[in-house]
Amino acid sequence: MLRFLLARLSGLILILLLVCVCTFAVFFVLSPDPAVQICGKNCTPELIDQIRANLGLDEPLLSQFLSFVGGLFAGRTYGAGDAATHCAAPCLGYSFQSSQPVWEMVTERLPVTVTVAIGAAVLWLLAGVVGGLISALKQGTWWDRGAMLVALSGLSIPNYVFALVLQYVLVVQLEWLPFPQAVGFAADPWQWFANYLMPWTVLAFAYASVYARLTRANVIDTLAENYVRTARAKGLPSHLVVRRHALRPALTPITTIFGMDFAGLLGGALITESVFGLNGVGKLTADAISSNDQPVIMGVTLLAAFFVVAGNVVVDLTYTALDPRVRVKSV
Amino acid sequence: MTTSEVILQARNLVKEFVLRDQGGLFGHKRILRAVDDVDLTLYAGETLALVGESGSGKSTTARLIARLLDVTSGSVQFQGEEVTGLSRAELYRFRSNVQVVFQDPYSSLNPRHTVERIVTAPLVYQGRTVPGGARTFTRSLMERVGLNPDHSARFPSQFSGGQAQRIGIARALAVGPKVVVCDEAVSALDVSVQAQVINLLRKLQQEEGLTYLFIAHDLAVVRQIAHRVAVMNQGRVVETGERDAVFREPADEYTRTLLAAVPRIRPEWQAARRARAHDRRGG
Amino acid sequence: MSSPSSAPLLEVEDLTVAFPSPAGPTDVVHEISFTLDPGRSLGIVGESGSGKSMTSLAIMGLLPPTARRTGRVRLAGREISSLPERQMRRIRGDRIAMIFQDPLSSLNPYYTVGLQIEEAYRAHRPNVTRRKARQVVVEAMERVQITDAARRVDHYPHQFSGGMRQRVMIAMALSTEPDLIIADEPTTALDVTVQAQILRLLRSVQQDTGAGLVLITHDLAVVSEMADDVVVMRSGQCVEYAGCEQLFSDPRHPYTCALIDAVPQLEDDVGELRAVGDAGPSRGGER
Ligand SMILES: Nc1ncnc2c1ncn2[C@@H]1O[C@H](COP(=O)(O)OP(=O)(O)OP(=O)(O)O)[C@@H](O)[C@H]1O
Ligand SMILES: Nc1ncnc2c1ncn2[C@@H]1O[C@H](COP(=O)(O)OP(=O)(O)OP(=O)(O)O)[C@@H](O)[C@H]1O
Ligand SMILES: [Mg+2]
Ligand SMILES: [Mg+2]
Repeated sequence: MLRFLLARLSGLILILLLVCVCTFAVFFVLSPDPAVQICGKNCTPELIDQIRANLGLDEPLLSQFLSFVGGLFAGRTYGAGDAATHCAAPCLGYSFQSSQPVWEMVTERLPVTVTVAIGAAVLWLLAGVVGGLISALKQGTWWDRGAMLVALSGLSIPNYVFALVLQYVLVVQLEWLPFPQAVGFAADPWQWFANYLMPWTVLAFAYASVYARLTRANVIDTLAENYVRTARAKGLPSHLVVRRHALRPALTPITTIFGMDFAGLLGGALITESVFGLNGVGKLTADAISSNDQPVIMGVTLLAAFFVVAGNVVVDLTYTALDPRVRVKSV
Repeated sequence: MTTSEVILQARNLVKEFVLRDQGGLFGHKRILRAVDDVDLTLYAGETLALVGESGSGKSTTARLIARLLDVTSGSVQFQGEEVTGLSRAELYRFRSNVQVVFQDPYSSLNPRHTVERIVTAPLVYQGRTVPGGARTFTRSLMERVGLNPDHSARFPSQFSGGQAQRIGIARALAVGPKVVVCDEAVSALDVSVQAQVINLLRKLQQEEGLTYLFIAHDLAVVRQIAHRVAVMNQGRVVETGERDAVFREPADEYTRTLLAAVPRIRPEWQAARRARAHDRRGG
Repeated sequence: MSSPSSAPLLEVEDLTVAFPSPAGPTDVVHEISFTLDPGRSLGIVGESGSGKSMTSLAIMGLLPPTARRTGRVRLAGREISSLPERQMRRIRGDRIAMIFQDPLSSLNPYYTVGLQIEEAYRAHRPNVTRRKARQVVVEAMERVQITDAARRVDHYPHQFSGGMRQRVMIAMALSTEPDLIIADEPTTALDVTVQAQILRLLRSVQQDTGAGLVLITHDLAVVSEMADDVVVMRSGQCVEYAGCEQLFSDPRHPYTCALIDAVPQLEDDVGELRAVGDAGPSRGGER
């Protein structure tokens, strides 16, 4: 067990380093000179040189990369003498746009993204699993066909279209929901909730469609298994047959997919956050991309990669705990 | 038929399973030695029967030999080549030479695939062409194992236990293997179909020199098909020998118990039936 | 055969099971009838694919959804083939227990075998404590000769050998103390010594509880030792239904004769095995 964990953790670190290399290569090697961008309109060659020296852009690439990674784990100091600024431990550099430390920008926005992700996940799991299960149990009925039609539309309607329509109908036309305003939960719980309701729904709709179809297919398959017949032969009530013997095997593979989807969302929902004006990591990413703010882009990319890789480890561990056949092999 | 060429050899095979008592991941650990220092030699073109107590490690041995399970220690050599450390590519080649018919028919067949797909899949995976096209190929194989060839588009759940078992046999024979490990491969068949399948296996052996490791509980069947017999008990091989030697003068106590416990139709009933049949033919 | 005083334990009358096929519904079981008295055993033998398992599933009301059943099944005089699912549920596991043919796929891979036996035992005993149930489970596993049963109850099906899984199924059925046991090939994966012990166990359970046994097997020797009456099936039809001694000493149908003759004996000469040729009328199609 411990060996297994250690192996997974070292794998995690290795993959993160690889992601560092890739993002570093893409953003610092291939994109236009950041010093020129920072310098702005009325710029002199001397000023550019100075900025370069400050950011360490005049050094060879390898040492730039090493100091970037070093900054991540130990912090680093930009410039020298009076102008020196220290950037503490998980240092992702400073935004070219606002000069704020990237780490701070990201951690400030993270709670919003986490709230979006958790709320959406709860909704889509409920809707997807319950809808899929009922569809499977009532296979071929009108309920089943209706639900699957809704699921199909959830898959085919683009996210932003649904988001805009929802906003227009619920806020503008019907005025059921107040106009989004940035408030904390404590200040105005209803407004806070209303702010999140639509992004949750929009995200959940798309995911729930996938989960409903998956759940339905898996439950139908497991219901045909011989062990379900055994359970019925014992005279168990049908709700127990379904819950214990069909649902558990049907949902186990879905936990894997869920882990990956959830981890992906923690990296920020670009479109949804932007459409609903939520100040989360997704919006930060979108803004950074449009203004080519390289340190920020790198920061959020690393963060997203971290979630995905960590999510993978968690999923593996969960799966090992859930499926006894895997458990024995890996331990 | 039997040559002295060794095709497959297992030496000092050991397989230990980690079992946990109550409490899943964190339960108390125990080691179960399912296969304990087993030596087996298969000569090309022969049938070696493996018999023994339920739970004595026959299936585990079979899986180790076919490399479906990694050994704890010991070696398995196929045509002089070590099998335990084969790379993925070499494993493909090995699998087309050594096939397994599994003990539990339904669990070893993909429920979502038709018979045609199940039977031709091993060939397709190995990038070989299916001789005569998938449909004809499947039909002729099904015919050989006594299945209705019109059912080639059915799914495993639409077959009876014995029919599913024969799909497993058809799949194993499809790739034209050199060695077939038959783990209780005819146990779910009635005597008539069983005879048909055994005659088929024998014919293939005579014509193409197939080698079988034949795990079975039915000793009368074992006597019909085996050239040599190995008896397992509690993870160990307690006796190996020529068929007639083992059946006539079993050396091990356990083998004797086994032979004595074979169920029989009452001799007086048999005699009465034969007498009646004789009378009828006579009269 | 049946005692005049009370109704037989199981009466099957004109039982037919049909599956839809491109050429219209095909009968895989065709008008089968038999009766079984308490404490007695009925053997069902026959060709692979002749409808033995489907007959047993039809009695239990557990046929695949596409199958159509007609005919009557009576348990102790009560018609059960037309019962609604809720009432049938009370009979399953409590009065009729079934041992399925393919043990690995018939056990749920996600739960320990102990839990699955316990579930069967407690399904109709809501007031039994888990501790008591566990004790019953361990005893049931010991009775079917699983060594170290107290520990092995907590292991998963894939950690058992084929024959041990089969014995787990038997333990599960016996633990519920049913009136009728339907055993579909219960000893195929057992060596002859363990098989003999299990058959002895089944017989002693029958003596103690008066349970009836429907024993489906292709091992004619086992049938001859266990059964009082025998049904011989071929292509969905019952070709012969007779008392055990009668069937083995004086079989009437050519298929039965051929089948018994084809049983390999330990002392037979080694040579080509006899398959049953086209002995008597068989409705083609299914084999
Ligand atoms: N995956 C596993 N994990 C733990 N124990 C196992 C596993 N597979 C098999 N065993 C154990 O190893 C022993 C030997 O099992 P094996 O399946 O080889 O027996 P077998 O000789 O084939 O018996 P049978 O005739 O009943 O099929 C058994 O005690 C079984 O419980
Ligand atoms: N879902 C299904 N659809 C169509 N035909 C089926 C289906 N299930 C079973 N059959 C057919 O019904 C027939 C009877 O099957 P059954 O399982 O009762 O045979 P069996 O006598 O138990 O044979 P065995 O000894 O091989 O287990 C078989 O020919 C099989 O092909
Ligand atoms: Mg086995
Ligand atoms: Mg069957």
